[in-house]
Amino acid sequence: MAFLQLHALSKRYGAVDAVVATDLAVEKGEFVSLLGPSGCGKTTTLQMIAGFVDVSGGQILLDGRDITHAKPASRGLGVVFQSYALFPHMSVRDNVAFGLKMRKVPTAEIASKVKTVLELVRLAPHADRYPRELSGGQRQRVALARALVIEPPVLLLDEPLSNLDANLREEMQFEIRRIQCAVGITTLMVTHDQAEALSISDRVVVMQAGRVTQIDAPYKLYEHPRTRFISDFVGKANLLPGDYDQLGTPQVRHESGDGELTLSLRPEKIQLVDAGTGRLQGKVLDSYFFGSQWLYRIHTSLGEITVVRSNDGSAPLGCGAAVGLDWQASLLRVLAADEVRA
Amino acid sequence: MSRGYLLSLPALVLFVGLLILPLGLTLVLSFNVFDYQVGVKADEWTFAHYLSLFSDAYFYEIFWRTFWISALVTLLCVVIGVPEAYILSRMGTPWRSIFLILILTPLLISVVVRAFGWSLLLGADGLVNQVIQFLGGRPVKLLYTPFAVIIALVHVMLPFMIIPVWTSLQKLDPSAEQAALSLGASQTTVMRRIVLPQVMPGVLSGTLIVFGLAASSFAIPGLLGGRRLKMVATVVYDQYLSELNWPMGATIAVVLLLVNLLIMLSWNRMVEGRYKKSLGV
Ligand SMILES: Nc1ncnc2c1ncn2[C@@H]1O[C@H](COP(=O)(O)OP(=O)(O)O)[C@@H](O)[C@H]1O
Ligand SMILES: [Mg+2]
Repeated sequence: MAFLQLHALSKRYGAVDAVVATDLAVEKGEFVSLLGPSGCGKTTTLQMIAGFVDVSGGQILLDGRDITHAKPASRGLGVVFQSYALFPHMSVRDNVAFGLKMRKVPTAEIASKVKTVLELVRLAPHADRYPRELSGGQRQRVALARALVIEPPVLLLDEPLSNLDANLREEMQFEIRRIQCAVGITTLMVTHDQAEALSISDRVVVMQAGRVTQIDAPYKLYEHPRTRFISDFVGKANLLPGDYDQLGTPQVRHESGDGELTLSLRPEKIQLVDAGTGRLQGKVLDSYFFGSQWLYRIHTSLGEITVVRSNDGSAPLGCGAAVGLDWQASLLRVLAADEVRA
Repeated sequence: MSRGYLLSLPALVLFVGLLILPLGLTLVLSFNVFDYQVGVKADEWTFAHYLSLFSDAYFYEIFWRTFWISALVTLLCVVIGVPEAYILSRMGTPWRSIFLILILTPLLISVVVRAFGWSLLLGADGLVNQVIQFLGGRPVKLLYTPFAVIIALVHVMLPFMIIPVWTSLQKLDPSAEQAALSLGASQTTVMRRIVLPQVMPGVLSGTLIVFGLAASSFAIPGLLGGRRLKMVATVVYDQYLSELNWPMGATIAVVLLLVNLLIMLSWNRMVEGRYKKSLGV
């Protein structure tokens, strides 16, 4: 049996269904992300697991124990909040020691544990500072240390990186993953940032309007999005009309207009070839440079198509250049219609 | 003169004209010689009023009474106001505004009117005594006792405690409380170790306002303390209007101001000193 299990977990706020019959099984030591647009019920799910929000229906099992209605204190989970929720009137050391003091751990042991965890998050030199004297990334690390020091069975992270600037966010992503691997702690992270979810999770749970719509490993999720919404939300996607050929394999319909199928084709799966060759002809509308890659928007008979080409040293294409587009037919993905509106 | 000074001129004129000037005149007056036949002698100077104030046990009694009543009122306002503000901050959307307005509306009614209201309630045949008699008890003397003054002062001062505490509660991150709970703290520990230390600046401002207003309050001790239970402000009033000894009244007023200032500044230093480092106030 999985370590953390949600069975048909639901939450209603008056007339609003915030979370609808969510099932999830997280294995011990696994890093799982809850990914979805804002307002889809991620925080509510996390707060039900942490015990801050009463459950309307369903069950939460931790290591076989039913904790659905247990008090937050008795669950003993480590929670990191979006706002960090540090205690502003306590030093870094006292913030981190708080959970241990509540557990009546002997003073000497508290000191050594706090020291160890502050070294783990690389904050040992700042132990005597107050939260307001720290940068955003450092506060984030204090919050992480405070949750980890009590050695919780599960670590819950609510949008831990959303208040950081882009560079720091990437650095902290690596940091969180490094710490999680070092400690081996079962982790559930909420995020609305698909890149974040893909890069550091073992598995990603996509939520939409209170429901789970796909659970898969990041690579599988990216390569095989189930629905139109997911293919668009997770990474960039070109949605093309298509149908099945005589052999039953999906193909792009060349005359424009809606085919019976919706196909997804990732921008980096398309090759730009000489005009006149390839499967489709087009003209470059505009181009964007991202350092490691170029992004082109290309006007074709099937509409606008986005192509990403890695910056391999070849000359960039100018606006208005005529190009051919080619791809491997096996990389086309058939999408299911969206069963829920996000 | 720079533009900034020019713009602050109206406020400056108001400040000087309505506060500094009368205060200065009061200070000058307190050194004027007073003669029961002639009245104030504006060009003769003396320390006599200060000497008589400091050598008269009657004034010590009045000042001491004013101090302990104000301190007790302040304490009661903390004990009642802080939990009240916390509960208020935890209320749902419609109720919170309704109760906040309920707490603030008494400020719109004149203190004199409220004091009369209390004297109707607490009088010899007031509502409270009627209830006591109805229940078979003997009537109790409530009016013109410290009890009446304290209960009415607490009633009047409570909003001045609730508002600053409420303001600092607004700045609290509710998830910090959740974090403490998830770390194993009980609800009372959260109150004591997380919430209270963070609202201390608000409590401090509240105590300063309440103590200052209570120590210089006039209408309530005047109407509910009566002839017997004098506080400093009512004694000043007597000196001015019954004795017509304006310089003596001014002397008491100046000393009250200085004592008040001294107490409030040392209290502020004491509390702020404890919380300055952690809260950065
Ligand atoms: N305390 C609450 N009262 C009423 N509705 C709420 C409350 N908290 C969340 N909701 C609603 O529940 C839905 C999910 O919210 P939330 O879990 O915070 O979303 P997310 O974290 O994915 O952005 C939203 O529609 C939100 O408006
Ligand atoms: Mg959220």
